[in-house]
Amino acid sequence: MKQEDVPQQDIGLYQGNRKVMYALDTDGNYVTVASSGWEVEQQVTSAACDEYRRLADEVLTRARAGLASPLEYHMYARRMDVALLAEVAGLCRWRLRRHLHPQVFAKLGPRWYRRYATALGLTMQELTSLPR
Amino acid sequence: MIVAGFEHRHAGHCESGVTAALLSHYGLPLSEPMALGLSVSMTFVHLQAIRIGGFPLTAYRMMPGSIYKGLGQALDLRMHRRRYHSPDEAMQDLDHQLAAGRPVGLQTSVYWLPYFPAEMRFHFNAHNLIVYGKEADEYLISDPVFDRPQRCPRADLQRARYASGAFAPRGLMYYPLSFNTAFDLERATNRAIEGTVRMMLSWPLPFVGVSAMRRLAARIERLPMRGDNAGYARLYVGNIVRMQEEIGTGGAGFRFMYAAFLQEAGQRLSRPRLLEASAAMTATGDCWREFALLGARFGRGKDGVNADALAAGLRRCADCEEAVYRQLRSR
Repeated sequence: MKQEDVPQQDIGLYQGNRKVMYALDTDGNYVTVASSGWEVEQQVTSAACDEYRRLADEVLTRARAGLASPLEYHMYARRMDVALLAEVAGLCRWRLRRHLHPQVFAKLGPRWYRRYATALGLTMQELTSLPR
Repeated sequence: MIVAGFEHRHAGHCESGVTAALLSHYGLPLSEPMALGLSVSMTFVHLQAIRIGGFPLTAYRMMPGSIYKGLGQALDLRMHRRRYHSPDEAMQDLDHQLAAGRPVGLQTSVYWLPYFPAEMRFHFNAHNLIVYGKEADEYLISDPVFDRPQRCPRADLQRARYASGAFAPRGLMYYPLSFNTAFDLERATNRAIEGTVRMMLSWPLPFVGVSAMRRLAARIERLPMRGDNAGYARLYVGNIVRMQEEIGTGGAGFRFMYAAFLQEAGQRLSRPRLLEASAAMTATGDCWREFALLGARFGRGKDGVNADALAAGLRRCADCEEAVYRQLRSR
């Protein structure tokens, strides 16, 4: 890649930051060039973010109808999935999946709430409620 | 307190950037491409069995920690590395090192660092940064993937150092203890290139190297594309491209960085063959960028890029890269 081919598409993802690319100058020597971003990176990263957002929104709708637990919503809102949250909170996946059921989650003791709240970086209040 | 004389360096990748900046501060001027090249850290790995964020692991570099570990032999480098059971102890020791005037490298999660743009905050635990000072409750951070130094409150930094999941950092802190400033560049370069060539061409298992690229190409061709599966296929390909292009992951940027390493070594050792290989590696990097572009078009689900076209693009990368390694082997 030549210096002038380094993408400078000012992508929103970087929020004004810049990333270093190694590229060739006119004499064919490698130099570092600060890039304001490439649309390709923006697109694939947004797609990954949107997927978590989609899952979270879907669960939010179900949770408002009492069909999903706030825990499941917060899990996706924090860009986690069952495998990751189970590892962070330190329990096995099937047990977490059980806790995701709204009835089961509502009956959990405060120790569990504290554990999930710590894992997700939320207060207990936030963990057991849904955003407006 | 601020460590005197520490200079923030903007780099292409977190670990190579941290290693080069730390070594340079401690008295061994080293460029980032040299750190990457001499540590034999560039690779290609695709592991179906290990899932990160629900997708198989695709990596364009070696395991976290391989850059400064890989430099051990080349530079007689000894690193102080320590993990801590207790987060409090980890933070106290960090303060202690700063008070002693040592900037230190930390392994952290990306998600819990507040200065990262929101869209980049994923649960990726193998990020590296340098702490070079502390003011009140905030740490001064030289994060090599940012062009300016950053600040991070104590509680957030602690959280980022103790994130769990794959590659959990468990508070890892490191700094160089000793190294040989008069190391033999020729010998180190030869060994490192041999290592990379061996890894990329003849690793005994097919998840690593050029054969892993071809296997991944075959897997892309077999992705089910009907109904709900199409969404998964797009995200799967998106994930491969994301690992390649996103900040801090190295990816295709590593091919250019490796080309910069070959060029620097070729110039310093006056070896024209290395310069030729550098040019070929640059072409490989360009090839990877074309693949990323194809992957992004595939992800949008239009423009007529199908799985076969994508797989063909990946095979071109594999062919191009293989040619470079063969050239380096016959050097």
